[in-house]
Amino acid sequence: MSGSGPLIVLLSFVAALLIPGVTSAQRVDVTGEYAQLFHEDQPERGPGPEVGDYLGLPINEHARQRALAWDASLLTLPEWQCRSHGADYIVRGPQSVRIWKEIAPVTRDLISWNAEWSRASETYREIFMDGRPHPPEWAPHTWRGFSTGRWEGNMLVITTTHLKESYVRRNGIPRSDWATLAEYVMRRGDVLTWVTIINDPVYLTEPMIRTTEYRLATNLNPPPFPCDAVIEIPRPKGAVPHVLPGTADPTVDFAAKYGLPVEAARGGAETMYPEYRERIRRWSASRSGDAAPRSADGGADERR
Amino acid sequence: MNVDRRTEAPAVLLAAALAMAVLLGADGASVLSARSASATGAEPGVALQAAPGAVAASVHVFPVRENVYVLIGAGGNITAEVHAAGVLLVDSGTAAASSQVLTALRTITDKPVTTIINTHVHPDHSGGNEAIAKRGRTIGGAGAGAGIAAEQRAPVFAHENVMVRMSSGPDATEPGMWPTETFFNDVKVLTKVFYGDSIQIIHVPAAHTDGDSVVFFRQADVVSAGDVYVTTGYPHVDRARGGDIQGVIAGLNLLLDLAIPNLRSEGGTMIVPGHGRLSDYADVAYYRDMVTIIRDRIQAMIDRGMTLEQVQAAKPTFDYDRRYGSTAGPWTTEMFVEAGYRSLTPTPPPASSGR
Repeated sequence: MSGSGPLIVLLSFVAALLIPGVTSAQRVDVTGEYAQLFHEDQPERGPGPEVGDYLGLPINEHARQRALAWDASLLTLPEWQCRSHGADYIVRGPQSVRIWKEIAPVTRDLISWNAEWSRASETYREIFMDGRPHPPEWAPHTWRGFSTGRWEGNMLVITTTHLKESYVRRNGIPRSDWATLAEYVMRRGDVLTWVTIINDPVYLTEPMIRTTEYRLATNLNPPPFPCDAVIEIPRPKGAVPHVLPGTADPTVDFAAKYGLPVEAARGGAETMYPEYRERIRRWSASRSGDAAPRSADGGADERR
Repeated sequence: MNVDRRTEAPAVLLAAALAMAVLLGADGASVLSARSASATGAEPGVALQAAPGAVAASVHVFPVRENVYVLIGAGGNITAEVHAAGVLLVDSGTAAASSQVLTALRTITDKPVTTIINTHVHPDHSGGNEAIAKRGRTIGGAGAGAGIAAEQRAPVFAHENVMVRMSSGPDATEPGMWPTETFFNDVKVLTKVFYGDSIQIIHVPAAHTDGDSVVFFRQADVVSAGDVYVTTGYPHVDRARGGDIQGVIAGLNLLLDLAIPNLRSEGGTMIVPGHGRLSDYADVAYYRDMVTIIRDRIQAMIDRGMTLEQVQAAKPTFDYDRRYGSTAGPWTTEMFVEAGYRSLTPTPPPASSGR
């Protein structure tokens, strides 16, 4: 063996270092257009949820009352017609997503991952990877919020603050502008898994976790969403559609339609755990041969 | 692996390790590149970020538009528009914060304050009038177009009801605090030549108080709302000073009429609340919806003959309380409900003389 062997090995390794394409702070490239996989919750994500269905949501009494006061006609107001979904909702929505990266032209450092959906916010989401701080508390809030990211292994971890109010479910369940969002994005081949965790001190009793999957589809192009508000329904100036307390309870109708106890339709953290199915089974069993609807713990349902 | 160990390692091992990292994927490379990214920071002009703003003591300066800023922490929010000849302020903060306000202004311009506009009478919005005006200048002076006048004081504009309350009664202050330019009609217009923008001071009758104004900067596309709109709690309906929940709702609808959002109903016209964070059309719409819904609930309860105590016990604000409510401090949820109730309850006619 000649004495030049180690030098050749060294040069080979150094040459390998010069391979282009590994950008700063990037472990996995999530660039691309991805289509939603609707193997979960398609009726809710596409056509929309049913009024009065709060099942599986860790909401508190304040959120429940606000949802009970919700009138779908609110969406006909000019102020509401063109609104986008919040950053937390759009990930689970019905739209495809495009992801690309913003590279500093001189240093070639990764500044941000950018993501856009149709009917998202005023502009695409920017997930800053360059270590910048979040804005002060008095900065504006937007539906996309202000996001920063970091890598945990091959998982992109996103922290979002400065969100505008939005909704957890499109039937009046609110999410406040005090909420923050944690996201975990993982790419495995052509499949992108996007986990959203909403922490809302105003309307949730526990973090709201959703996992959504996309598949790479290079022929997609999230469509534009031009929108000009119009007067859909003539109303007195400033009128805001809503349901007065005690005048209607859509959870009763929803529960009756699907043979559920009303308390299940009304949601709450316990209704999102698998154990709750056993309570519904017991409720169903107690109900057989008993015309009177009962609550999930077997007692008489006083809300009927 | 880290940089320090790398410098101590033999060159061959270093090269091998780094090459393996490259060949195996991005994991190894990111150790170095992450350091590089955090060290270099963002490139200017590439991506949006809200600047943290200059800080003068506890008064923070935050940019709204190229020449418009909001000063936070001086009591009520202060809007500052910098123009060729000076600075126009909407509100002046508390008296105690005046020197901090002036120090904060020095971080954005060395020009004098040439105009102050009060959105209403409360001292957290007008308390700095005297101290700040005295450090300012008047443009024009004795002769129209005469330039910077000899008088070393900025004029203070406000609706005449502000003047009435500042000059007499329980809110009376020293004359140096009073507005120097009042108006009694719906809109007072200030011209761009002297005030840096085409500005409308629009009176909102009987809202937060009876002397409220919102200030519309037409070129800058910014509206200063005063306490007709806040993001920090339920609207303070100051019944003792002529406030009324119906006027607050009318004021919020006025803001929606003035503002034009960008795509998808956000951005566009920026709205500076009397207290709280910088806002836009959608934020005001959410707030308008909330106040309107609560007003409607209280009205429905009044229509059913419920007393104030019964209305308060029914908690017509319950679904918004964790966001806007308060059980302590100067403006509680109970006080808001009471103000709404009294706004909507017809005032009984004066007792007849007996004939």
